[in-house]
Amino acid sequence: MIGGLIPSLAIVTALLIGGVIIWASGPRLDGPWFGIWFVVEAYQALVEGAFGSRASTIDTVLRTVPYLFTGLAVMVGFRGGMFNIGAEGQLAVGALASAWVGFTVTSLPLIIHLPLVLLTGCLAGAIWGGIAGLLKARTGAHEVITTIMLNYVGGQLAAYLLNGALRDRSPLNVIAQTPKVAETARLPDLIPGLHSGVILVIGVAVLVWFVLWKTTMGFELRMVGINPDAASYAGVNVVRRMTWAMGVSGLLAGLAGAVQVAGVNYRSTLGFNVGYGFDSIAIALLGRNTVSGVVLSSILFAALRTGATKLQFRTQISTDIISVIQALVLLMIAADQIIRWIYRIGPAQPEAVADATSTAAPVASSESGR
Amino acid sequence: MGSGTHDRNAGLAMNVVGGSGGAPVPQEGYVLEARGLTKRYGSLLANKDVQFGVRRGEIVALLGENGAGKTTLMNMLFGMTAPDSGSVLIDGEAIRLQSPRDALALGIGMVHQHFMLVPPFTVAENIALGVEPSRRGMLDLGDLEAQITALGRRFGIDIDPRAFVKDLSVGQQQRVEIIKALYRGARVMILDEPTAVLTPQEADDLFKVLRGLAHEGTGIVFISHKLREVLDLAHRIVVMRRGAVAGEVLPRDASPESLASLMVGRDVLLRVEKAKSVPGKPMIVVRDLVVNDDRRVRAVDGVSLSVRTGEIVGVAGVQGNGQTELVEAITGLRTTQSGSFHLSDRDLTRATVRDRTDAGLAHIPEDRQRHGLVLPFTVEQNMVLNRYYRAPFSRWLVMQAKAMRDQARDLVGRFDVRPANPEAPVGSLSGGNKQKVIIARELSRDVRALVAAQPTRGVDVGSIEFIHGALIAARDAGAAVLLVSAELDELLAVSDRIMVMFRGRIVGAVDSATASREDIGLMMAGGVSPEVESVTR
Amino acid sequence: MTRGRFAFIIGCIGLLIGGAEVLRSPDVSASIVAASMLATMLRFATPLTLGALAGLLCERSGVANIAIEGMMLSAAFGAFLGAAATKNLLIGVLAGMAVGVAMATLHAWLSVTLRVDQIVSGTVINIMAAGITGFLSTEVVRRQALVGAGLLPALRIPVLADLPVVGPVFQQQPIAWVALLLVPITHLVIFHTPWGLRLRSVGELPRAAHAAGINVIRTRYTAVMIGGAIAGIGGAYFTLESVPAFEPLMTNGRGFIALAALIFGGWTPAGAWAASLLFGAANALHINAQQFGIPVPAQIVGMFPYLLTIVILAGVIGRVSPPAAVGTPYEAD
Repeated sequence: MIGGLIPSLAIVTALLIGGVIIWASGPRLDGPWFGIWFVVEAYQALVEGAFGSRASTIDTVLRTVPYLFTGLAVMVGFRGGMFNIGAEGQLAVGALASAWVGFTVTSLPLIIHLPLVLLTGCLAGAIWGGIAGLLKARTGAHEVITTIMLNYVGGQLAAYLLNGALRDRSPLNVIAQTPKVAETARLPDLIPGLHSGVILVIGVAVLVWFVLWKTTMGFELRMVGINPDAASYAGVNVVRRMTWAMGVSGLLAGLAGAVQVAGVNYRSTLGFNVGYGFDSIAIALLGRNTVSGVVLSSILFAALRTGATKLQFRTQISTDIISVIQALVLLMIAADQIIRWIYRIGPAQPEAVADATSTAAPVASSESGR
Repeated sequence: MGSGTHDRNAGLAMNVVGGSGGAPVPQEGYVLEARGLTKRYGSLLANKDVQFGVRRGEIVALLGENGAGKTTLMNMLFGMTAPDSGSVLIDGEAIRLQSPRDALALGIGMVHQHFMLVPPFTVAENIALGVEPSRRGMLDLGDLEAQITALGRRFGIDIDPRAFVKDLSVGQQQRVEIIKALYRGARVMILDEPTAVLTPQEADDLFKVLRGLAHEGTGIVFISHKLREVLDLAHRIVVMRRGAVAGEVLPRDASPESLASLMVGRDVLLRVEKAKSVPGKPMIVVRDLVVNDDRRVRAVDGVSLSVRTGEIVGVAGVQGNGQTELVEAITGLRTTQSGSFHLSDRDLTRATVRDRTDAGLAHIPEDRQRHGLVLPFTVEQNMVLNRYYRAPFSRWLVMQAKAMRDQARDLVGRFDVRPANPEAPVGSLSGGNKQKVIIARELSRDVRALVAAQPTRGVDVGSIEFIHGALIAARDAGAAVLLVSAELDELLAVSDRIMVMFRGRIVGAVDSATASREDIGLMMAGGVSPEVESVTR
Repeated sequence: MTRGRFAFIIGCIGLLIGGAEVLRSPDVSASIVAASMLATMLRFATPLTLGALAGLLCERSGVANIAIEGMMLSAAFGAFLGAAATKNLLIGVLAGMAVGVAMATLHAWLSVTLRVDQIVSGTVINIMAAGITGFLSTEVVRRQALVGAGLLPALRIPVLADLPVVGPVFQQQPIAWVALLLVPITHLVIFHTPWGLRLRSVGELPRAAHAAGINVIRTRYTAVMIGGAIAGIGGAYFTLESVPAFEPLMTNGRGFIALAALIFGGWTPAGAWAASLLFGAANALHINAQQFGIPVPAQIVGMFPYLLTIVILAGVIGRVSPPAAVGTPYEAD
C-alpha cells in the first residue's frame, strides 16, 4: 500500500538520524564500534520500555488514548480544511469541566454520572473549538492564530480556576488541582491499571471514520475542506459546516481531557495538557489524515514516549531525544520529497480523496482577515 | 509570405499618427523568430517543432483553440519558460532567454491575457518595476512619471501615472500594459487574447493603437481565437493546432470557415441546428433586482427580465457589467439588496441554494473549477455534488455507494464523458469533459429552469457542439434557459432572444434571428461614441 | 495602517496605564506606577517588535510565517550557547542571528522550493525548535555545566535618562535600541527603495514580478533569511538581555504574539511597533498587578493580550488585509 510507504520510511529514517545523534551524545571509549553498540542498546531500551513488560505495555496503551483522541481531533479539523492547533486548550477546558461535574455532583449512579462527566468534557471542548471555527467561517479569522490564542486563554483560565474556585481545599493539598472526582465518575478498569477509556477511544475512532466517509455530514465536511466555493454551490451551509467541523474537533480533544480525568488522574491538574498540541498535529500528519494512519501513529508516539524513560535510565540520554525524532519524522512527512530523493521513489500519483490524502495537510488557506 | 500592404490599415495609420506618409512596408527578415521550438509538460506535448516569425511593422495573428499551444509558444518567446529544443532568434541571431528580464532587454514586450499589474501600486510603480530609477538608494519616480505621460500622448492614450491600478478599468489597465512595454523599448509586442475583456468599441480603439505602433515599425504578435478580429486586423495569420503550426494564410485568402477548419482539422459547422422555440409561461422572473459585488458596489442595478419555458434567453455583455453577480443572485450564491426572483410563481429571492435546487433550478457555473467541481473527488462523487443528500444517494444520512456508482455509469455513457471511469478524480479530465460532467449532473434530473454561465469557455470545439446541443435539448424538453455568455456568436446561434447588459442594467433586448452584431455591440458599450478614454485618478 | 487605528492603539495603551493608576492601591505612588509601566512595556515590546519585523519581511514577500516562535526560541538557545562558549556577549548575539537565519532558510526551503504548505512548514520549524533546544539544553548545557556570560549592559543617553518617569525610556539595553532603530529603517527600505518595491510586488502578485524580470524565488529567500536574522536578534534578547540562562520553551508564546502584533499593525513597521507596545503594556499590567495592589486577578489580566488578538482578527476593530500572495507557493514554470 503506497499510502503507508512514505510514512514508514520517514519513521525509519528519523530513527536512523536519531541513532546518529544518540551515538554522538554517548560515550565513545573504544572507537566507533562501541558507539554503534551503544545506539543498539539505546533502541533496545526504548522498545523494552514501551512493550517489554505487562506494566510497560499497559503504560503505552494508556498513553495512546489521549494521543489518539487528539490526533483524531486534528485530523477532523484538517479534513474540514482547518488547522486546529488548539487541541491543548480544548483538552484543558474539557478536563476542567468534566472534573467539576465529577466532584461537584455526588448523588448520581455511575451509569448516569460517568457519561455526564464525559459529555461535559465533550461540550466544553466543542465550544472551545467551535468559537475558532465560527470566527473563521464568519469573519475569515485564521484558525491557526485563534486556536493558539485560545490555548493561552484556556491556560490562564485553568490557572485561575485551579488556584481559585475549583481548587482542592483539603489541608493536604498544596498544588493547583481539583479535588478527586467521585467514585461514580471514574472509568472502570478492564484489567487492573487499564481503564475502559481504551474501548471508548477505539469505538470513537470507528465512529469518526464512519461519519467522515460514509455519511452526508462527512461528505459535506470534506467538500468544504477542499473547496468551500463548490460546497456553497452544492447547497452546503458552509458557515455551519465549518463551525461544526471545529466543534467536532474540539469535542474530541475535550473528550481526551475528560477521559484523562475519569480514567487516569481522577482530577484535573494544572499543566498536564502541555505537549498534546503539537504532538497531535504530528500524529495527524504522519497518519496522512486517515483514521487507520492516526491509530498507528498514536501508538508509535505513545511507545516512543513511554520507552523514553527507560532509554534515559539505561543510557543517560535525555528524553528530549524523542522530541527531536518526532520533529525529524514530521519534517520528512511535510517534505516527502526528501524521502523520495533518498530512496529513489517516483513522484506521487494523483489519488482520489476516498483513499488517502495529499502530502501536506489540505488546509483551506483563506487569507482574508488573517 | 508577401510584402503587400493592407490598404485600410495604411489609411488609418496616417490618420492616427499623422506622421511619416506612405503605407507601412514590412521588411523581409524576421525581427523575432522561433525555429523548431518544442516544449513538453509531462506527457503533454504543448509545442511541437514550431516555426514562427514576425517582421518589423507587421501584425501577425496567431490563431488557435484553447490548448493549441499559443500561450506556451509566447511564454517561450518572452522568456517565461525555456524550450526543450529549438531556438529563438532576434534579427537572425540565436539568443537564449533565461527570464523575462532578458526578453525585455532585447526589446520583446508582452501584454498578457491576465494582466501583470500589481493592484495596490500606482501606474508609475508598476512601469518602474524591474528598472526602478533611484537616487542615493531611494526610489525616484518623478522623471518616469513625465516620460509616461509623454509616451501616452504620442500614441493617443491619456494616463495619470499616479493612479492606483486597482482603481482603473480593465481597458485602462490594458493600456498601462502597452505603455509599460513601450517604456522598456519594445520592438516586438506580443498581445495574448487582448480583446477578451473589451467591448467592441474598446477593441477598435486598441486596433487603432496597434496599427499606429506597426506603422512606426513595431512588430506585433496578436494571439486570438476570434476569427473576425483576426481577419480584420492582421497582415498575416498563423494557425496552430495541437501544438504545431497547421497553416499560414493571408487575410484576403481566408474566411471564418476556412480558418475554423484549419483550427480544428476538419470541416466545422459554425451554425447550430435548432427548431423554432415554442415558449410557454414565464418561469424565471426577475424584477428590479439590485445586487452588490464584493466591494459593496452596485453590480446589478435594477434588472428585470423573464424567461419562459421552452425558450433560451441570452444575456450579452462584456464581462464585468454585472452578469456574474446577476447569475450568482439568481442561483443563490449571493444575497440581493432589493428586488425579487421568482421561479414560476414561487418567491425564491431569499431562498438557500439548496431550496432553489430542490425547486428545479439548475446552474452551470461560470468558473467550473471553483464552483462546479471538487477536483480531487471522483467523477461519481461530482455527479451527485448537489444531490447527495436525497434518496437514493443517501438514506438516513448514510451515503449509498451503489446508487452513486450506478448513476455515474449511466451518465458517463449518456453524456460521453471521457475517460469513462466513474472512479477517476475529476481533476484529471480535460476541460471539455469536466464541463460534460457538470452538464450531465445538471441536466439529468427534472429541470424547470437552467442558468448557464459561459458554458463553453475553455472547451474544445467538439465539446462546444455537444454543449450547445444539450442546451437546446433542455429547452425543447420544456425548461427555461438563461444563457450568459461573452461570445456574441454563441448567443446569436443558440438563444432565441438576447438581452444586453451594460453597467448593471438591461439596455436592450432583441430577437436573435433579426439582430445585427453592430447594434448589439453598440448596446454592449452603452451606446457611447467610441472616443479614447482618459485614465484619471 | 490608518491614522484611526494608530490612535486607537495609543488610546488603548493610555487606557491600560490609566487603568493601572486608577486601580492602584493608595500606598503605591502614581509616578512609580507610570514609570514602572513604561519601562516594563518597552522591555516586553522589544522581542515582540523584532519578531513582528521578522514576520513582516517574510510575509511581505508572500511567505506566511507562523514560525517566529520557533526561530526566536532556537536563536535564544544559540545566543546563550555562543556567549557561554566564548564568554563574549556580542558573539552571542551574532550566534543568535546565525541560528535565526538557519531556521529561516529551512522554512524558505520547505515552503518556497519544495512548496510545502507554509503553515505546515512553520509548524515543523516550531516543533523542531522546541525539540532540539530542549534536547541540547539538557545534553550540552547541563552536562557541561555551561554558565551564561551575563546580560548586556544598558546604554544610556545622558541628561534624557535622568528625567523623571520617562527617564528609563532613554536607558535601555542594546537589543532594545536595535529594535527601535529597525522600525524606521524597515519602513524606509520597504516603502522607499527599489528592493522594497520588488519585495512588495513579489508578495502581492508574483507573476507580475516575474514578468517584470524579478527573480521571485531569490527575493523570497532573501526576505525570509533577513527576517530570520532579525528574529535571531529577538531570540538573543531572551538569553542575553532578559534572563542570563536558557530555559526550555522560554519564549512562551511571544513569537505568536509578535505575529498577532504584525497583523494588528496591518503589516507595516510602525503599526507592528505600536501593536507590540500595546501588548507590552498589557503584559506589564499583568506582571505588576500584584505589586500595584490592583484587585483584579492576575490571570484575568493575563488573558487580555490573547483575547484582544482574537477580537482584532475577527475584524471587530476594522479589517486589515495581508499581502495578496501570502500562503501561495509560486510555480515559475
